Amino acid sequence: MTTGDRAWVQSERLPKGVRLIFGGDWTTTEIVPLDAQLHKLVEESSGPIEIDGSELKSLDSAGAWLILRTKRQMEEQGNKVTSLTLPDDYLPMIEIIERDHNAPPVKIPPRRTITKYLADVGEYTLELLVQGRAMLGFLGRVTVEAVQAILRPTREIPWPAFIRQIEETGLNAMPIVGLLSFLIGIVIAYQGADQLRRFGAELFTINLLGVSMLREIGGLMTAIIVAGRSGSAFTAQIGTMKVNQEIDAMQTIGINTVEVLVLPRVLALMITLPLLTFYADVMGLIGGAVMVYFDLGFTAPIYLRQLESAITPNTLWVGMIKAPFFAFLIALVGCFEGLRVKSNAESVGQQTTRAVVESIFLVIVFDAFFSVMFSILGI
Amino acid sequence: MGDERPGSDIAIKVRGLVNRFGDVLVHDHLDLDVMRGEVLGVVGGSGSGKSVLMRSIIGLHEPNEGSIEVFGEEIRNRDAKELRHLQKNWGVLFQEGALFSSLTVAENVQVPLREYTDMSQTLMNEIASLKLDMVGLPEHAAAKYPSELSGGMKKRAGLARALALDPPLLFLDEPTAGLDPISANQFDELVLDLQKSLGLTLFMVTHDIDTLRATTDRIAVLVDQTIRIGTVKSLVHDKHPWIQEYFAGVRGRAALA
Repeated sequence: MTTGDRAWVQSERLPKGVRLIFGGDWTTTEIVPLDAQLHKLVEESSGPIEIDGSELKSLDSAGAWLILRTKRQMEEQGNKVTSLTLPDDYLPMIEIIERDHNAPPVKIPPRRTITKYLADVGEYTLELLVQGRAMLGFLGRVTVEAVQAILRPTREIPWPAFIRQIEETGLNAMPIVGLLSFLIGIVIAYQGADQLRRFGAELFTINLLGVSMLREIGGLMTAIIVAGRSGSAFTAQIGTMKVNQEIDAMQTIGINTVEVLVLPRVLALMITLPLLTFYADVMGLIGGAVMVYFDLGFTAPIYLRQLESAITPNTLWVGMIKAPFFAFLIALVGCFEGLRVKSNAESVGQQTTRAVVESIFLVIVFDAFFSVMFSILGI
Repeated sequence: MGDERPGSDIAIKVRGLVNRFGDVLVHDHLDLDVMRGEVLGVVGGSGSGKSVLMRSIIGLHEPNEGSIEVFGEEIRNRDAKELRHLQKNWGVLFQEGALFSSLTVAENVQVPLREYTDMSQTLMNEIASLKLDMVGLPEHAAAKYPSELSGGMKKRAGLARALALDPPLLFLDEPTAGLDPISANQFDELVLDLQKSLGLTLFMVTHDIDTLRATTDRIAVLVDQTIRIGTVKSLVHDKHPWIQEYFAGVRGRAALA
């Protein structure tokens, strides 16, 4: 609309005081350059002030505010504003603003300062402790509810939800878990062969591959992939339900949210993650076998014989036993963060990121813990 | 404001608007004029195309046929830059306020100012305060995030943002839906006050009969894929069954009054 006149300001010295003449289009888009100019005029002027706005072509509330602000600042300085003329059309607006608007400008806190950083550090630390405590509480609740649900089921286990979770977290994860494990097998075999060849011990590449894949890498890789894939999905699903007030609705109807939302996910993941881990182990060994064949020329029979001498059932079990624990951690953190989503969309994203970071962190911490424990037990 | 070309007392001019979703015809060669400075209420049953009409006018929905002029400028077939320029002419209050959840109320109001002008932060703070005052939000609301506000406050904040650039035209989508009757009354009064003091043209989609009676100059009823326009008084006598039923309550109340 406003291609019209620029807004302008002139000041005229009168025998006594100053006359300010405003003209042009005093609209939101046009007044920007006037802001600083008016501040300067206010500083320079002294004596009684006349404000003459009779040449204004148009005026909106932002422009009216500038006139009013100038008038108020003049008066604060002790300069009396003797007259304020405006075209009749705009008088009502400026009167309303003058009468009603006395609030100071809103304060927008600066986004980042050093004190803010320090405060953030404190806030995060505190939050971490509070979060840890809340998570322990949640762990307790889920454990109690799980035991209750299994011992004294008050309702039928929600089979469809349970099966769907198994499909979603297990079956649908197979392509990505399989492919990555296969590639990891190739990488380990390649690196192992490269180093061991120098000692003429190429054959032990297979030992390295078998032990590391089954004991550590298979389980850890799968847990990390699943944490990124399913743990985040849990948080996003439950978080979205929270935003939509579905959780509130459940609570008012008297549905136990932990039983309905958390338990199927936790149990489903505790079933699927061990299965996925076994599958990852197999795919990793196949990947290794392929690499060993092309790089070192060991055929399948040699590979299998060497593998048999390198690993025992215990090697497999040591890796597999960790999977349900990892699954429990991932699902617990995913659901916990989902339930902590606040009622806005941004929070869903934040909690999802958190869930992934926390569950991967916990998985690795527990993996280290298991290693220490196994070494003490001498397994 | 500005733009005093002759015959420009029409703010919105819709001609031959056709909107179709698959086989469903929502608007069939619909014509509508909205005068400058008037308050037009738009009513109609669910699925009668109130929202689609509004979205077509503000350029969020591309209609199948027809022309739409706002202040004499065609809205359709504009490139993004031209549309952006035209969009300065209107503010929109969405149903739930549609405030940006990651910004405080004051920052929300400043978004259009930041987008279209290069004002200093101080001036923007002053103007945000002015607008929040105009829509009747208390000072402490400025630093709050939308999730900390009640429904009514969200709508007020949304209105403040819609008014940030002082547009001559304001679209309101169900402004009083979800408010309690007292808040709704206050909101009606607020809108009417602002309309008078700022000389706004209002295009208001609403279901609230009290709002219609209290604020609108004319009412556009969307029935049978087209529009019937009138005042509350004249529409009460319209023979169309939907309109009859809709205004039956009004007539009853008018008789009692």
